[in-house]
Amino acid sequence: MSSIKDRADLIKQAAAQMGKETYKGTAAKAQQPRTEYQKSSPKIATLEEAIRKCGLKDGMTISFHHHFRGGDKVVNMVVDKLAEMGFKNLSLAASSLQDVHAPLIEHIKNGVITEISTSGLRGELADEISRGLMEKPVVFRSHGGRGSAIRNGDLYIDVAFIGASSCDPLGNACGFSRSENAKSICGSLGYAIPDAHHADKVVVLTDDLVEYPNTPSSISEHLVDYVVVCDSVGDSSKISSGAIRDTKNPRDILLAKQAAKVVINSGYFNNGFSIQTGSGGASLAVVKYIRESMIEKGIKASFALGGITAHMVKLHEEGLIDRLVDVQSFDRAAAESIMKDPNHREVSAISYASADEPSSATHFLDIVILSALEVDVNFNVNVLVGSDGIIRGAIGGHPDTAADSGISIVVCPLLRGRIPCVVDEVTTLITPGSTVDVVVTEYGIAVNPGRPEIMERLKAAGLNIVTMEYLRDRALSVIGQPDPLPFGDKVVGIVMNRDGSVMDVIKNIVEK
Amino acid sequence: MRLRRTMMFVPGNNPGMMADAFIYGPDSIMLDLEDSVTMAEKDAARLLVYNALKTIDYGDTEMVVRINPLNTPYGKKDVEAVVKAGVDVIRMPKTETAEEVREVEREIEKVEKEIGCLGRTKIMAAIESTLGIVNAYEIAVASKRMMGIALGAEDYCANLKTQRTPEGTELLLARQTIVVAARAAGIDALDTVYSNLNDMETFRKEVELIKALGFDGKSIINPRQIEIINEVFAPKQKDIDKALTILAAIKEAEKKGSGVIAVNGKMVDKPVVIRAQRTIDLAIASGVLNKEEIDNE
Repeated sequence: MSSIKDRADLIKQAAAQMGKETYKGTAAKAQQPRTEYQKSSPKIATLEEAIRKCGLKDGMTISFHHHFRGGDKVVNMVVDKLAEMGFKNLSLAASSLQDVHAPLIEHIKNGVITEISTSGLRGELADEISRGLMEKPVVFRSHGGRGSAIRNGDLYIDVAFIGASSCDPLGNACGFSRSENAKSICGSLGYAIPDAHHADKVVVLTDDLVEYPNTPSSISEHLVDYVVVCDSVGDSSKISSGAIRDTKNPRDILLAKQAAKVVINSGYFNNGFSIQTGSGGASLAVVKYIRESMIEKGIKASFALGGITAHMVKLHEEGLIDRLVDVQSFDRAAAESIMKDPNHREVSAISYASADEPSSATHFLDIVILSALEVDVNFNVNVLVGSDGIIRGAIGGHPDTAADSGISIVVCPLLRGRIPCVVDEVTTLITPGSTVDVVVTEYGIAVNPGRPEIMERLKAAGLNIVTMEYLRDRALSVIGQPDPLPFGDKVVGIVMNRDGSVMDVIKNIVEK
Repeated sequence: MRLRRTMMFVPGNNPGMMADAFIYGPDSIMLDLEDSVTMAEKDAARLLVYNALKTIDYGDTEMVVRINPLNTPYGKKDVEAVVKAGVDVIRMPKTETAEEVREVEREIEKVEKEIGCLGRTKIMAAIESTLGIVNAYEIAVASKRMMGIALGAEDYCANLKTQRTPEGTELLLARQTIVVAARAAGIDALDTVYSNLNDMETFRKEVELIKALGFDGKSIINPRQIEIINEVFAPKQKDIDKALTILAAIKEAEKKGSGVIAVNGKMVDKPVVIRAQRTIDLAIASGVLNKEEIDNE
């Protein structure tokens, strides 16, 4: 008979051969019920503890998502804390920034934040940056471009701070909460998933610490280093504010009807088609008119992609759209649907729209309907910088979806008040004209000459097809030739193409 | 033939609405210098309307300006400005007598002579009182410039000592008087505005009623009303088919040089042809018939 004692030499020998230690015994078990034990999970920390334990240092990169849009509380909370702790020269890599992030202005002035990369900027922060607040230019990327940059190391994240509406003590996090104590909801956490996968350290902040296991989860526990419980990660009532508008405006309705006619007659409106709409009032209203045609013609869609709205959820629930593929929930109805409906699935920014990911959903998208601040005679689109030279928008998935989809339709009014939206040359190049197929305005529809087959189909359907030059002239005839913008010599923004190349720069504006 | 299904009111002091009113496809746009403009803004609005007419390309849309009455300090200045700007039609508010029309005509002529375009400007009169209704035919034939008469129901109802109802019983006589006077004068008849934008169902019923009464169209206050009017006024397919047959038969008869013709055993005379042509024009304008298809036939 042989006992473990007798085998001791052999065990040592085997360990030596394998370059391993021999077994020294197990630490004592925690002697308490596991529901109690969960609560003291080693991942649970205060924000300050989590920051310290992550080893964050001056000069490092921190990241955030923008799923709470205008209601986000995480960016300000974390950066305030970092400022209090004395950090300097941090690089802030957000999936996007909103009006609510104006407090960053002080942190930039005090040297806490010295670099920013984002999809967009709005409000006071955008105003100040446009006037030259920062020494280093802001780097703008599309959602797909950001995913690629995080994955390939162009955008290295040291610590990702991810706001979540629920998280268990082990780190399983969601953009909604299944518990009775739910305080917030934002739906998909798609933009935070690349951060969670690739950041050196991941901190989840939640306002609802739920019991393990909080699954299915958006962010899996094995990706999460620390869990911080806080009062509120975001105001859910504001996820549909900002860019999202539901419209009674007759001009938006007119634009939406025209765009719907383009979709229906484009050659891409067939059984099993897929569709994405942007967040402008008109492009959202298009869905309503497409729905009517789907019912009338008995056409069903295979999936709707992107920012998912209540309109899309309704079509899905009616059986008109088989699946919803959701990188960002644009309103509460969408956020609640992703919680309840297994056919409404979350997708990461990379699987949504990255150019270098062959399986990204945009590659399989038929129709995308987008908005624009400006379109030029060469079909180039600007969605980032206003005609006054002030940054006031976001790249979003605009260039990603335009480039990959079967047909990209840009819907924009010819004039916004006294500002022309069809111009000779866009103020800033965001989406190259070669990827934009149709431009719908209230004064007519322009089709990219590179898509003669679409032009023929739309003409045959009796739509009012015009040239971009006609639209530009029409705008000029109403408002006259605007003065050139008073740009300075400082570069305040760099626009990256989704392939990682530098496509354009934004100069500072010297006066309004 | 010019269709006048929809005449859209646009306040003469709102540049944004003036700039893009035509994109919604109303048959006529009526820039208003009267009730929608306060006294303090009368001059500014006149200047704005003048420049809009001079600057903006409204395409085929008929341009109408509602002027202030001539017995106000603004009326004559309004006529001068809009005739010089090349307006298609001057719309007179609160017209009660034929003499008022002739007064406006004289003002128009004065300006037209000055700028050398005599006879260009048409007139339409809004009838908004019981006296106006009693004089409807005289008003309709007061000038060869008259292109139409319209009902203004709010003032009329106040005058009548009643109020408007969804069924419009109180307006029945006025409406029929307007249509009969217009038809007798060979001009167009336009119905009053419907201002509750939240009740599109009642609006649709009202449009169905005035179409049945014989009106050419209706004054409107919001682009959302256009689609409904166009739908109601759009000819039905069997009417279109019948009209096409009649017009084809006429063409054939003209070729052969024969006078009287018959279609399906029924004699086709002038009113039938006019009605057929109107059906086709309406069908094309409503988008239910393609113009090229007819031209090719």
